Amino acid sequence: MGSWFRTIKLSIKSLLLHPMRSALTVLGIFIGVASVIWLLAMGEGIGRAAQEQIASLGARNVIVRTIKPSSDDVQDGGYGLTRNDYVRLLATVPTIDKAIPIRIVSQEFRYKTRNFEGRLVGSTPDYPLVTNLVQDQGRFLTDSDLERERNYCVLAAESAERLFPSGNALGKEIMVDDTFYKVVGVMQPRAPSAGIGGSLAAEDFSSDVYVPITTLWRRIGDMIVITKPGQFQRDLVEVSQITIQVDRRERVLQTADIVRETIALDHTLEDFGVTVPLELLQQAETTRLMFILFLGMIATISLVVGGIGIMNIMLATVTERTHEIGIRRALGAKRQDITRQFLVESTVLSLAGGLLGVLGGLFCRPLSVAARSLLEHWFPQQMETLPDLIRTVEPQLVSWSIPLAFAISLVVGILFGVYPALRAAQLDPIEALRHE
Amino acid sequence: MQAKNHTENLGKENRSEHSLAARLRDLSKDYVLSGETVHALRGVSFDVPQGDFISIMGPSGSGKSTLLNLLGCLDRPTSGTFLLGGDDVAHMNDDRLSETRASRIGFVFQSYNLLPALSVVENIEVPLYYSGQLNAAARNRCVELAEMVGLGSRLDHRPSELSGGQQQRVAIARSLVNDPRFILADEPTGNLDSATTEEILALLAQLNDEGRTIIIVTHEPDVAQQTRRTIVLLDGQILSDERLKPWEAGSAQLS
Repeated sequence: MGSWFRTIKLSIKSLLLHPMRSALTVLGIFIGVASVIWLLAMGEGIGRAAQEQIASLGARNVIVRTIKPSSDDVQDGGYGLTRNDYVRLLATVPTIDKAIPIRIVSQEFRYKTRNFEGRLVGSTPDYPLVTNLVQDQGRFLTDSDLERERNYCVLAAESAERLFPSGNALGKEIMVDDTFYKVVGVMQPRAPSAGIGGSLAAEDFSSDVYVPITTLWRRIGDMIVITKPGQFQRDLVEVSQITIQVDRRERVLQTADIVRETIALDHTLEDFGVTVPLELLQQAETTRLMFILFLGMIATISLVVGGIGIMNIMLATVTERTHEIGIRRALGAKRQDITRQFLVESTVLSLAGGLLGVLGGLFCRPLSVAARSLLEHWFPQQMETLPDLIRTVEPQLVSWSIPLAFAISLVVGILFGVYPALRAAQLDPIEALRHE
Repeated sequence: MQAKNHTENLGKENRSEHSLAARLRDLSKDYVLSGETVHALRGVSFDVPQGDFISIMGPSGSGKSTLLNLLGCLDRPTSGTFLLGGDDVAHMNDDRLSETRASRIGFVFQSYNLLPALSVVENIEVPLYYSGQLNAAARNRCVELAEMVGLGSRLDHRPSELSGGQQQRVAIARSLVNDPRFILADEPTGNLDSATTEEILALLAQLNDEGRTIIIVTHEPDVAQQTRRTIVLLDGQILSDERLKPWEAGSAQLS
């Protein structure tokens, strides 16, 4: 043990004889090890972000949405999910725990002089449960509200803020499409959901106003007429979205297939889409894989280049110190003693790179934030096209990446140090002694 | 542990009256240089009794360096025997040769060959490191040896901070640290001025008086004159083996 300690001390001493050379040699290993830590942190960050989004969309949910088909196919402006679809789903798919129909219409909301454009969302009392929405004040809609088609509404946090900046929205009556609705509750804020590929676009819930879906059907109806300059458009839609909560997580994907087939039976148009938030996991997995491939390549290349750098320096050192090797051999050093001395030296170099790499890895988060803001400044368009998961990823350091980094640098140091060390050991002591 | 027993055995041998530090019998060494065989040594035989002080002389090409390498266990003979204690160096593998160099031979070189990054004491310690005997007691002995060769006040100096004579003193202290069977000095005064040469030779003579066996390879007759016995080589054979001063078995006792 003592002799190892001595060998390590000796190798540090001789490496410090050429501080600049040693530092440059360490650089390659530093980059490689830092990349390994970053790659794991990015992967972890993406994984966590995906988990959070799934939680916000509901891990057990299947979302069926109305999609507007190309206008030529639509007759009388009617398309999309129907009340009948909803009833049929409930009746025929046994794995459905809860299902809520949702109808979303753009409307203008008024209270006295204040007003804003937002989404009028018609739904059922299960809506907060299925979508992880939390009550802030008052109550949500009830079954009796739906039965009696009451003019009650519940405001999203931001909607309440806009109409009632001083608070105290409960009991007030807001006007929507010439009808008054009494505010019975306010919800807590919720983060916008990210889009998943396919039919589920990113959704912003901040301007929502929730009303009983029966009231919406009664007051607004199914027909929405949009008139813009030079354009007249009629949309006849009964249900915008049906969000289904499946009884068990393992059955989500299967249920989604059944739901798709069940609805398709009654639809001649491609006017709906089925999305599963759980699929976010697969998307996150792909993104994570991309990152790991990309950074893994950088890490491998720089570790190999760094290793070659170590080998190069060690070969130079062996030549430079041939005379010293001769002296040591004459004084009784065995071949293995010489091998060990140079192997320890290359390993110390590589471990120093590993240590710095770990330090560099710890600065992963601030550096990635800086890099992102720079990229957004220089290449805004390109950044726009990146998936949200990548644009918003928060790297999370993985604790076991640090021992891993050390293991990698140890392996690199030994791997690339073996050849120079063996060459040093194979020198003939007589020749080496003569070498000046 | 093994190394310690080993030293104890050596100690016992030393105490027997007619013990030899080394015995060479019909030693020869051939080299193959670009297809041609060169006979560097052709049958050299002599004994090295404990406590002797031998100089080996000869013109260049006489096989002096080859003999030095063989005596120093840096190389193996092509044929013949070189007995060091009970062991024949001719049959040792590389590791055994290294062990033998570490524990039984003390090297002194013309160019001192100290390690420049190490201090005086650390340089003296190096052979202990390779014979696996580096402990606190051995460290103390290194300091004592440094004091003995007159460098007690320069223990932490680097070789570059010492004069040639001082460096050679460190080398001599280093050669003694493992209590070797003999000290092998290769032109130990070749790089020194005449005054320093005298000092170093006096130090070696003093060590010999204390019972150390010393072999000097040199081309300077003045140096050879101060030893007890001179062996002259020519064309790989012994030309003469002449005793200059009496050697008594009684003086061969190691203190």
